[in-house]
Amino acid sequence: MSDHATAEKKPHRFFAHHFNTVGQQAGAAKMGMWIFLATEVLMFSGLFLAYFVVRGLYPEMVLSSHELLDKTMGGINTVVLLTSSFTMAMAVRYAQLGDNKRCAQQLLVTTACAFIFMGVKYVEYTGKFSHGVFPGGYFNYDEAIQYAHSHGHSFRGLPHVFFGLYFVMTGLHGVHVVVGIGVILWVYLKAQKGHFSTDYYAPVENVGLYWHIVDLVWIFLFPLLYLVK
Amino acid sequence: MADAHENNESNYLTATRGLKSWLFTVDHKRIGLMYLVGVLVFFLAGGLFAITLRTELLTPEGGDFISATTYNKMFTLHGAVMVFLVIIPSVPAALGNFLLPLMLGAKDVAFPRLNLLSFWVYTLGSMFFLFTLAAGQLDTGWTFYTPYSNTTGTAVVSATFGAFILGFSSILTGLNFIVTVHKMRAPGLTWNKLPLMVWALYSTAVIQVLATPVLAITLLLLIVERTLMIGIFDPAMGGDPVLYQHFFWFYSHPAVYIMILPGFGIESELIAVHSRKHIFGYKAIALSSVAIAIISFVVWGHHMFVSGQSELAGIVFSFLTFAVAVPTAIKTFSWVATLYKGSIEFNTPMLYGLMFLFTFTIGGLTGIFLGALSVDVHLHDTYFVVAHFHYVMMGGTIIAFVGGIHHWWPKMFGVMYSEKWGKIAALFIFVGFNMTFFNQFVLGQQGMPRRYWSYVPQFQQQHVLSTIGSYLLLIGFTVIAIYLVHSLRNGKKVGPNPWGAQSLEWTHTASPPIEHNFHGQPRVENDPYNFPEIDRTGATDAH
Amino acid sequence: MILSLFTAPENADAKQAVADAAAPAAEAASAPLPPLETAHSWAMPTQASTFAESTDNLYWFITALDTAFFILIIGAMGYFMWKYRRRSKEQKTSSITHNGMVEFLWSAIPTVLLLVIFVWGECDFVKQSVPPQDALEVRVTGQKWYWTVEYPKYPGVTLNSSTDEPALTLMVPKGKPVRLTMTSNDVIHSFYVPAFRLKRDVIPGRYTQIWFEATKVGEFNLFCTEYCGDLHSQMGGVVKVLEPADFERALKEAGTLEQEEGESMADYGARIYKRRGCVACHSIDGTDGTGPSWKGIWGRTENLASGTVTIEGERGQQYIRESILEPNKEIVSGYAPQMPSYQGQLDDTQISALIEYMKTLK
Ligand code: HEA
Ligand code: HEA
Ligand code: HEC
Ligand code: CUA
Ligand SMILES: [Cu+2]
Repeated sequence: MSDHATAEKKPHRFFAHHFNTVGQQAGAAKMGMWIFLATEVLMFSGLFLAYFVVRGLYPEMVLSSHELLDKTMGGINTVVLLTSSFTMAMAVRYAQLGDNKRCAQQLLVTTACAFIFMGVKYVEYTGKFSHGVFPGGYFNYDEAIQYAHSHGHSFRGLPHVFFGLYFVMTGLHGVHVVVGIGVILWVYLKAQKGHFSTDYYAPVENVGLYWHIVDLVWIFLFPLLYLVK
Repeated sequence: MADAHENNESNYLTATRGLKSWLFTVDHKRIGLMYLVGVLVFFLAGGLFAITLRTELLTPEGGDFISATTYNKMFTLHGAVMVFLVIIPSVPAALGNFLLPLMLGAKDVAFPRLNLLSFWVYTLGSMFFLFTLAAGQLDTGWTFYTPYSNTTGTAVVSATFGAFILGFSSILTGLNFIVTVHKMRAPGLTWNKLPLMVWALYSTAVIQVLATPVLAITLLLLIVERTLMIGIFDPAMGGDPVLYQHFFWFYSHPAVYIMILPGFGIESELIAVHSRKHIFGYKAIALSSVAIAIISFVVWGHHMFVSGQSELAGIVFSFLTFAVAVPTAIKTFSWVATLYKGSIEFNTPMLYGLMFLFTFTIGGLTGIFLGALSVDVHLHDTYFVVAHFHYVMMGGTIIAFVGGIHHWWPKMFGVMYSEKWGKIAALFIFVGFNMTFFNQFVLGQQGMPRRYWSYVPQFQQQHVLSTIGSYLLLIGFTVIAIYLVHSLRNGKKVGPNPWGAQSLEWTHTASPPIEHNFHGQPRVENDPYNFPEIDRTGATDAH
Repeated sequence: MILSLFTAPENADAKQAVADAAAPAAEAASAPLPPLETAHSWAMPTQASTFAESTDNLYWFITALDTAFFILIIGAMGYFMWKYRRRSKEQKTSSITHNGMVEFLWSAIPTVLLLVIFVWGECDFVKQSVPPQDALEVRVTGQKWYWTVEYPKYPGVTLNSSTDEPALTLMVPKGKPVRLTMTSNDVIHSFYVPAFRLKRDVIPGRYTQIWFEATKVGEFNLFCTEYCGDLHSQMGGVVKVLEPADFERALKEAGTLEQEEGESMADYGARIYKRRGCVACHSIDGTDGTGPSWKGIWGRTENLASGTVTIEGERGQQYIRESILEPNKEIVSGYAPQMPSYQGQLDDTQISALIEYMKTLK
């Protein structure tokens, strides 16, 4: 693994000296990222578990409540995130080729998508709040029931549980998107400065992996929350 | 090999000076030491909480020393501090950080800055606990069971959030260690030449990475349940309180192996090095750790036999619980076998090594009672359980930890402590420990429930014994603290390898090690347990 | 600070204890002694249920097995420590590193033994979880920090534990299966009778069931074993097992609080106060509990959501009646709506008795 330090050519300027070789450093970074992603998946799977338990306890309630979520907005966000995943993949590709300029462009588009996503979420949240649909204990039954009727739905059971979960799950995912925006901008700046080269592109790659996970989580959230059947 | 002149060249302690050079260091050795200080400080705190509650238990009547409320806060803080701030970071974060790269022949862990970050996250988390102390403490028990934790007036949110943050510190360390073991091994250091300490740290790291995220989400749900009343755990809001217990134990059972595996690692080193013999059944010990790491994820339900989970669940969990006992059995036997035809030296580290075998075996064996369904119905939430987990956590991990501190002290600081006082303190701890906890088995077996501030008079005898024992422990540990600190200035200097051990941290660098650990890249031919005393002619084996 | 549960002189002897506790908990002025269940302090508690014996057998089996292994391991360790102690620096050591046969044996043997233990424990457990059909129904409700026990078969009969004395909490006939259907009004509690080797969590929002068959006449400790807050350690009581012949009579006598000959309304009220759990939340010495203290309650003015009420005269009587029968209709400001309704548990005379009692608490 690490015993051909001599075989390597002159290391790039981001080479950390506790490593023996550039290859070792890149490999470590990649592995570290994968492990981190594993923890992310496990964390969300905890939430999904909670979701399925609640759904098992109150299937009726979940069905009747999810009607209130706006499928079109959810759909739009799904498309937006998928696009961003694609542009992210492109960015990684360009970084690997050492084409910092194109890489930067793609990253910019990705960030834009992320912002759109958060924008739509903002509209959705405020829309809910304005009709008393707050998480858990703050759920205002009278207002919410009216609101539901005005859309020709009616709740069964305890909708506040569903919306509690809805806000927690999408909220935690939202936090990840915001963090994503941060790190994408960071690699964007690095790309601007032309840091990446054919043998140094680990940051873009890892940010990419992270972004794909954020996307993946949404791919599960959307059907489970918006399209319950 | 390290020559004499290395001793008076600058080392990692003297290389740079000033508080800043410590707080912002990325040197794994310094980070390890800072963890060590933190852990010991909280150990003292947790211990004093324990002493307080033991004192209340001197008499059956409640309230002749502290009120019920205070008592409940005492055992909660004691448990929470000991688990989240002491035992989980103790061996991996403190000793592990110091040792892992040295043992692997690497200059540092894979991600030094991440390492510093996890230390800071640890500090942040502990801040939240201190804040909890200031803001009305905590009275939920370290398990934060719902719905009690949703309804009690104490500072549950800040405490759980503290634990939540500490979780991330634990995850980052684990992640760092896994990558380090995979990517940073010195040339020639193949997997089956790794010191067993490394194997232990590795399997611990795996559990940390896989289990802790679930704790994170559990605590997060607990927090939103309390703040937003989501209605997942709280029956008053339509939730299911037992679901919380599943979530909690899904982390917290694997966590008990996060606590013990590093102890196993230390034990293997102590036993082998101080009896100058190749560890018996290297592969079995290494792989049984991995086996434990895997099985430990499917036994959590043994904490819930009487919680109203389905009979079937109970049966399955009981079965798996016994399955997880076997790998531990293998280790225990292998350690004893290692002593066979060795050359055993009774220095302080070894005394703890042997003490570990004694106390941990009792702790483990009593786990068997609890795993047996019908018996656990009687023993659940009695002092039998309390005794069990102190025998494994205190008598296992903490004893090993203290042994490890004594074993690597000369490496960390280049000085030796007083053997005489070391032995005296060890005696106090051995006697004190068994006095405190052995008769708690009897208490439990007679039906003395845990978390009781007052109790039936017939239990007083045992309780008094137990309390006296805890005072002996306090004395013992205080003595240790004194002579260790004293040795820093006045201890006699030691060479690179006082124990004649064979792993890299002893053979290839000075005591204390230089800032970048090694001169050049060490290469490994030798096996870490291949001691010069071993008789290759086989003559020793003959008779 | 409430004096703790079961404060008995150290060397009280078992017979004495049983005798005292047997006395109706009514004259609880002098707290009766707890049932002392263990002859000497290293034995298991008395075996008083059909489960106890086989549970204990397994317990002792594991003890024997563990002791054997412990002696084996620590014995070997001690022997090696002595035999192979370092005599000289250059003492040679053996080169053995492993031994397949030995390692196989010490993995296989424990495995087998552990399987035995598993099956044994499992069988007993299953036996304990299927109640027989003809079992006597009992409803148990846990609540900070006392138990309420009712018998569907005997309407009007209610037993309550008390936080400041070992009150009679559960009465069962000897040799008859009894099924407990349990739930909690607040947090999780756990119903534990050591002498029966019986324990089950009591969970809010759901019903848990256990059954047992008592085999010994006598009195036994009942503990709460799930941490439930301040008085967790006082949430205990006495389980009394009687000959089937005496059971019904004794139960009715203890379970229905009739006013006794020549007992004044106030004293009667005092008794109800102790035996119906009011004591758990309402002090009579002014200390604030889960609920307002009753010291000086009569004539006091309370702030309610709907304004204030002065507790005196007709209105006062009325108010107190409501507070007892529909407690959460009017909440005294500064308190949580935690009081359970006593609808159907307290009749008018009993409520009037309580009021008379309150009047005496100046
Ligand atoms: C370091 C931590 C640690 C470790 C290593 C263990 C190890 C084990 N524990 Fe323990 N346990 C805790 C920490 C730990 N535990 C804690 C903290 C709690 C309480 C939490 C709370 O409620 O607050 C607990 C509670 C607990 C319970 C729940 C009790 C209850 O609440 O009702 C159970 C039940 O099965 C259990 C079982 C076991 C078993 C079977 C092992 C096994 O891994 C032990 C295996 C070892 C041996 C068996 C000894 C060596 C083997 C031999 C000598 C071979 C021969 C032996 C035989 C053939 C029998 N433990
Ligand atoms: C690592 C884990 C750990 C450790 C080490 C201990 C150590 C001790 N515990 Fe611990 N205990 C728990 C974990 C631990 N405990 C947990 C998880 C619970 C459950 C809590 C709950 O129910 O929620 C519990 C509960 C618990 C109870 C039950 C309370 C109840 O149910 O009512 C009791 C009662 O006796 C007790 C006693 C003690 C005592 C006397 C010690 C003694 O061994 C302490 C001795 C230590 C000292 C006195 C400090 C001395 C230190 C120094 C002087 C600093 C210098 C040190 C060095 C240089 C090494 N503990
Ligand atoms: C679990 C705790 C609890 C128990 C048990 C309990 N109460 Fe209460 N009680 C309360 C609380 C809390 C309040 C104040 C809030 C309210 O008015 O409901 C209260 C209020 C009252 C009041 C009004 C007091 C005032 O100052 O206005 C009366 C009268 C009363 N209880 C009578 C009883 C009686 C009689 C019993 C027993 C038969 C009883 N309570 C048992 C908790 C309890
Ligand atoms: Cu009720 Cu503990
Ligand atoms: Cu466990």
